[in-house]
Amino acid sequence: MAELAAWLRDPSPKSRLQARLGQGYMGWLRFRRNPLAMIGLLIVMLLLVVAALAPVLAPHDPITQDLRMRLLPPLTEGHILGTDDFGRDILSRLIMGSRITLFIIAMVAVTAPLFGMLVGTVAGYFGGLVDEVLMRLTDIFLAFPKLILALALVAVLGPGMENAVLAIALTSWPPYARVARAETLTVRNSDYIAAVRLQGAGAGRIILGHVMPMCLPSVIIRVTLDMAGVILIAAGLGFLGLGVQPPMPEWGAMISAGRKYLFEQWWVATMPGLAIFIVSLGFNLLGDGLRDVLDPRNSGK
Amino acid sequence: MTLLSVQNLRVSFDTEAGLVEAVRGVSFSLGRERLGIVGESGSGKTQTGRAVLRLIRPPGRIEADRMDFDGQNLMTASEREMRALRGRRIAMVMQDPKYSLNPVMKVGAQLMEGLRQRDRLGRAEAHAKAVAALDAVQIRDPERVMEAYPHELSGGMGQRVMIAMMLIPDPDLLIADEPTSALDVTVQAEVLSILDGLVRTRGMGLIFISHDLRLVARFCDRVLVMFKGRVVEELAARDLMQARHPYTQGLLNCLPRIGGPRVPLPALDRNAEWAR
Amino acid sequence: MALIEIDNLSVTFTAKGRPVHAVRGVSLAVGERESYGLVGESGSGKSTILRAICGLAPVSGGTIRIGGQPLPEPRGRAFSRQVQMVFQDPYASLHPRHTIDRTLSEPLAIHGIGETDARVVRALEDVGLPASFRFRFPHQLSGGQRQRVAIARALMLEPKILLLDEPTSALDASVQAETLNLLNRLRAERGLTFLMVSHDLAVIDHMCDRILVMQHGQAVEELPREALAAAAMKTAYAQSLFAASADRMLES
Repeated sequence: MAELAAWLRDPSPKSRLQARLGQGYMGWLRFRRNPLAMIGLLIVMLLLVVAALAPVLAPHDPITQDLRMRLLPPLTEGHILGTDDFGRDILSRLIMGSRITLFIIAMVAVTAPLFGMLVGTVAGYFGGLVDEVLMRLTDIFLAFPKLILALALVAVLGPGMENAVLAIALTSWPPYARVARAETLTVRNSDYIAAVRLQGAGAGRIILGHVMPMCLPSVIIRVTLDMAGVILIAAGLGFLGLGVQPPMPEWGAMISAGRKYLFEQWWVATMPGLAIFIVSLGFNLLGDGLRDVLDPRNSGK
Repeated sequence: MTLLSVQNLRVSFDTEAGLVEAVRGVSFSLGRERLGIVGESGSGKTQTGRAVLRLIRPPGRIEADRMDFDGQNLMTASEREMRALRGRRIAMVMQDPKYSLNPVMKVGAQLMEGLRQRDRLGRAEAHAKAVAALDAVQIRDPERVMEAYPHELSGGMGQRVMIAMMLIPDPDLLIADEPTSALDVTVQAEVLSILDGLVRTRGMGLIFISHDLRLVARFCDRVLVMFKGRVVEELAARDLMQARHPYTQGLLNCLPRIGGPRVPLPALDRNAEWAR
Repeated sequence: MALIEIDNLSVTFTAKGRPVHAVRGVSLAVGERESYGLVGESGSGKSTILRAICGLAPVSGGTIRIGGQPLPEPRGRAFSRQVQMVFQDPYASLHPRHTIDRTLSEPLAIHGIGETDARVVRALEDVGLPASFRFRFPHQLSGGQRQRVAIARALMLEPKILLLDEPTSALDASVQAETLNLLNRLRAERGLTFLMVSHDLAVIDHMCDRILVMQHGQAVEELPREALAAAAMKTAYAQSLFAASADRMLES
């Protein structure tokens, strides 16, 4: 262990891999100093583990109905978080639902930022007409509230998990394009870009190899901070019955189903609400911590 | 009379890469005179200057056997007492005025802010004092500069404004950290002469921090030469040419001279032994 | 025939809707293997001339010829192999997220030149950096070491002309000496032609054979090195620059 740490801290790495890992290790040491970020990381890791082991962890089948066990309060024997209106164990549904939440997050987190970054860097690097056209397009998407736009898209595409993901991704790329463009504008005129241009590099090479790495940290931070919003939109779509379809245990749809019993059987809606709250909080804390580590303005010294 | 006395000052940073000792046991004392601190980057000269004002942020740590300013112990002073000292009795001029002036506030407002809040002066009085301060740093058109934003000033002008601002409360000690390295040579000489004149006429102490021995020699009475966090030589500025320490000699000799021979410049010998 | 010929060059930017004449009708010629210096205060247009040669500043009038040929627009890869530049601030001219290895191998990749490993190692050696620096990031290097990397990068494509934009003004006096020595050694070894910009007369004097003093975008006076040492300037401005040079301070 000590040997590994020394290898990672080596100020003169012997290979590209060691240099990369060493950088990562230094970032991790910085990250570790922030206790709130560690809590965020813990929550996100927990979500990952729960999602991975969901079938093993869930004490009951999340879909099988049992009307005799309907609306049991929390702490009932065998149902720690109680049961819903069809007698399904809420804990089991939350655990299985984490997979759906994670799937949506993962899909959105991969597609939207990539697309947004591409639009933003291209617009920022070329400027002029290209910038005008791409940014006005971005503005059009930004002009609508995210949820409304997602609703409209799902209404056209039809309800379902894949379409929900597509709708969320299509509505969440514009902020990334903005962030990437702003970053590109500051980077574009720097000496290191001038230097690589002077070496005869083409626009594609400069954008992919030199500009994007500088935008990546701000975009990653933005993604983690946005994850909470993505979960909420997915939940919102589920709540309105346009996202994941029953009987799949999606957290938003679960709140929607519990709405009818909110005053008498509060736990049916509250438990999935708590789950959304905790996971959103986790991503937010993680994003704040990552900002301290990744922000190019802080790195170096 | 001793204004500032520092004994065995140490500044260290506990970073991810391990403990970094920036200043390792520096001692000096200063009267109402001009002291130069010279060294390469990383020699600890800047941290020494900042440590006097206790401007080292965590994870940095300051330790010293003694650090007294005009009879007050700076090591045990509360943060509140330090705030009362900073600016009012000990002022600091930094390298680049671009980062020291508030970009969205007019110069005049920045100059008057301290006067109005700290000294509770009226508007007209503060204005008059601010104009006088700009006048003292030989700004020809102070009224126009008062109405300007920092980005509308040239580097030399900006640095003069900084000096004017620092000198308004009439501090006893001025710490100037590379005050002219961002400026052109012609402007550099001008700004330094102004600074020099003010320090002399007001009888302040000056700590002038620079990597350029020539400047320090010209504008100081005494010079500390720092290397790797330690003082390797202390001597009167006029004796600089007779410096005995090979490191000081090296710093002097490595500068190109107009009309000098076309041979490689002597490389600076950085013998780690000297820093022990 | 001179290697670099600049004839009546003008550069005009538009800032806030107003034209700014950064360079106004400057002509100069630099012979092969010569070292030519541009001196002036900031805003005198000296750096703009270098950027105009590289196609990084808008030329509004006059011509620039390298080896008798007018420069193509955009500059293109053939130009990259002829002319390279070292920038003023080594903290801003290296990509902060690329290792030294990546920075140095990038020009090779762009031009499809092979044997990357051997060339990178040799380049580090040539500028006096240990091979162990190869996979470091710029922030793990001092200012002087970074400038060495920048010089190594400029030489990767083996250009004939090196444009030096205040290559030592961001460095300590002691590191400046090492960097100047390195540049002089490389020039002798490779038969390079230097076009160097500085505000420090002593540095220019040490490095250059001929000097052009500039002010407000215009050429004031061209001096051979001997005239500078003898303080034989004709114009008052050149004289005042000479008088203000830090080099004079120890003597007064």
